[in-house]
Amino acid sequence: MLTYTIRRLLLSVPTLLFISLVIFLLLKLAPGDPMAQVPLTVPPDVKERMREALGVGQSWYVAFPKWLYQFFAVEPLHFIDAAFGTSLGEGQQRVISWQTRSPVMDIVIQRLPQTLWVVGVAYVVAILIALPIGIYSAYRQYSWFDNAGTFVSMVGFSVPPFFSGVLVIVIFSVWLGWFPSIYDTTHKVNDWESFVFQLQQMIMPVMVLALQITSQLSRFMRASMLDNLNQDYVRTARAKGLGEKTVVLVHVLRNSLIPVVTVIALGVPAIFGGAIITEQIFKVNGIGQLLITAIQANDLPMVQTLTFIFAVLIVLFNLVADILYGILDPRIRYD
Amino acid sequence: MTDSRISAEQAELAATPRSQWADIWDQFKRHRGAMWGGAIFLCIILMTIAGPWVYWNDPKFVPTGRDFLELRDTRPIYVALWESSAKVSWAYPLGTDNLGRDTLGRLLSGGRVSLAVGLAAMLLSVFVGTLIGVLAGYFRALDGILMRFTDLFLALPLLPLLLVAVLLFRDRLSGLFGPEGGTFLLIVVLVGATSWMQTARIVRGDVLALKEREFVLAARSIGTSPPKMITRHLLPNVMSPIMVSATLGIATAIITESALSFLGFGFPPDFPTWGKLLFDAVDRMELYPERVLWPGLMISLIVLSVNYIGDGIRDALDPRIRGR
Repeated sequence: MLTYTIRRLLLSVPTLLFISLVIFLLLKLAPGDPMAQVPLTVPPDVKERMREALGVGQSWYVAFPKWLYQFFAVEPLHFIDAAFGTSLGEGQQRVISWQTRSPVMDIVIQRLPQTLWVVGVAYVVAILIALPIGIYSAYRQYSWFDNAGTFVSMVGFSVPPFFSGVLVIVIFSVWLGWFPSIYDTTHKVNDWESFVFQLQQMIMPVMVLALQITSQLSRFMRASMLDNLNQDYVRTARAKGLGEKTVVLVHVLRNSLIPVVTVIALGVPAIFGGAIITEQIFKVNGIGQLLITAIQANDLPMVQTLTFIFAVLIVLFNLVADILYGILDPRIRYD
Repeated sequence: MTDSRISAEQAELAATPRSQWADIWDQFKRHRGAMWGGAIFLCIILMTIAGPWVYWNDPKFVPTGRDFLELRDTRPIYVALWESSAKVSWAYPLGTDNLGRDTLGRLLSGGRVSLAVGLAAMLLSVFVGTLIGVLAGYFRALDGILMRFTDLFLALPLLPLLLVAVLLFRDRLSGLFGPEGGTFLLIVVLVGATSWMQTARIVRGDVLALKEREFVLAARSIGTSPPKMITRHLLPNVMSPIMVSATLGIATAIITESALSFLGFGFPPDFPTWGKLLFDAVDRMELYPERVLWPGLMISLIVLSVNYIGDGIRDALDPRIRGR
């Protein structure tokens, strides 16, 4: 298991390098000029020097290793500096956003809590709802509960977030006026009332995200339970005289959770990507919103860094899913 | 007694030679959701194809002067049911937008574009997926490299890259094929090029299993050439997963196109698609919720029906379920 993990980790390094190169080369083609926003009174030769300082005209074989060095060596050093008050990375050039002229990673770290709060809570809520629904639907296959569950998850699966988001805004904040339609990220929780407000503004984005995740997960849970319910060991357990609760919730559930856990792990990076749209609708200024504004403003270092972070998440959670599968299911042997 | 029964069975078998496709159709008919999905899907397609010919208002017409003031911001006709002072007109059943353009007309012509994008992107993605899957499954030498390539695509963060790619190539292609044609081509190619991976994986797995079967050995022993082998023996046998992923591919393509339009990276402003209509209406949805609801409802309906059809086809093609 350990050798497998190490081998996979080593293999993911060239994969990620290649992905970052692909992203880099794609962005290299981008039209647009970071100096377009600079006032016309700035003389052209100064602009030219500013471009040089940002490293705009460099060929890719110069710029790409430079970006790699900045991302993998300089940024961690600065992170250590910030955490322990050392000065390892002093004087080294960090990855600078063209838009704000401040280090990209600082902005990412500023934005990360918002995304993690909304998306993370949605994911947890979705798992908590999906698992019981999946279990009960499978246990009472073709009952009215199962049929209703199938229909609801089909709908949740089909309604895209940019419609369900807008729909809940129209219903809950325009018609009923219960929740604010815009997520206020500057809001601080320090007493009961502000906590209630935080809950209110989180309900709608969490609802939209959770609907999608729930519908996928509950389908998966149901299928996995159905696979196990007809197995011989279930009949044996019943024949031994075990209670129905023990059979379903201990014997069947534990075995059915194995593939579901890996699906949950695989879904984590997709959530970061999929949340782009939800963040845009509710004006949550998290990672996804940052990406959209960066693309619109032609802020290439920011786009490059963010896309690469998404790629790292995907590769990482694929690995986590495979390893979890190996740990949880003793029948799987990787070596 | 047994003799007579066997002969009766034989007679029955001889009398009604049933093709595989008739069995599949019978099973498909029993899936209620799939039949409803199919009916709704056909209805929407017919509506978008025939609608603009039958419907009296021109979606591109923008009134000017006094007409503009009179025609803009008309509410749908059903609003009059609960709000007697609402500005409605029978000539504009779903109302008009803030420029006085007819909403129903735009919905119909926008549906054409959305569906065309969905179908074209699906064809491209199924073609690429099947090609890569068959090649990787059939030729061992290509397997490693093609599957690494597929894994690479699966690890790419697709939505961000799609957004970047649209921004990069939109202007260039618009210059070559005109703003509408260029964007159409771009979106179809981008969506097709980023959604073939699942098809490729499934097809490869099936081809690998089929390759070990006796009929393939028999075909090879009479000297069938690889191209013949693939088109004659392998492709017909992997039709079912391809069909399922084709139907689901339509849904993915329509959602992706709408998402791109919704984020403002889609077709040019005066060219309606469902996603674009939704995006344009979001700013004023407090006052005119219907402009958001209708396009969103159309997208959701078509995706829902396509998903149900996919479900039905999957069940119908699964011989373990068929006949139960």
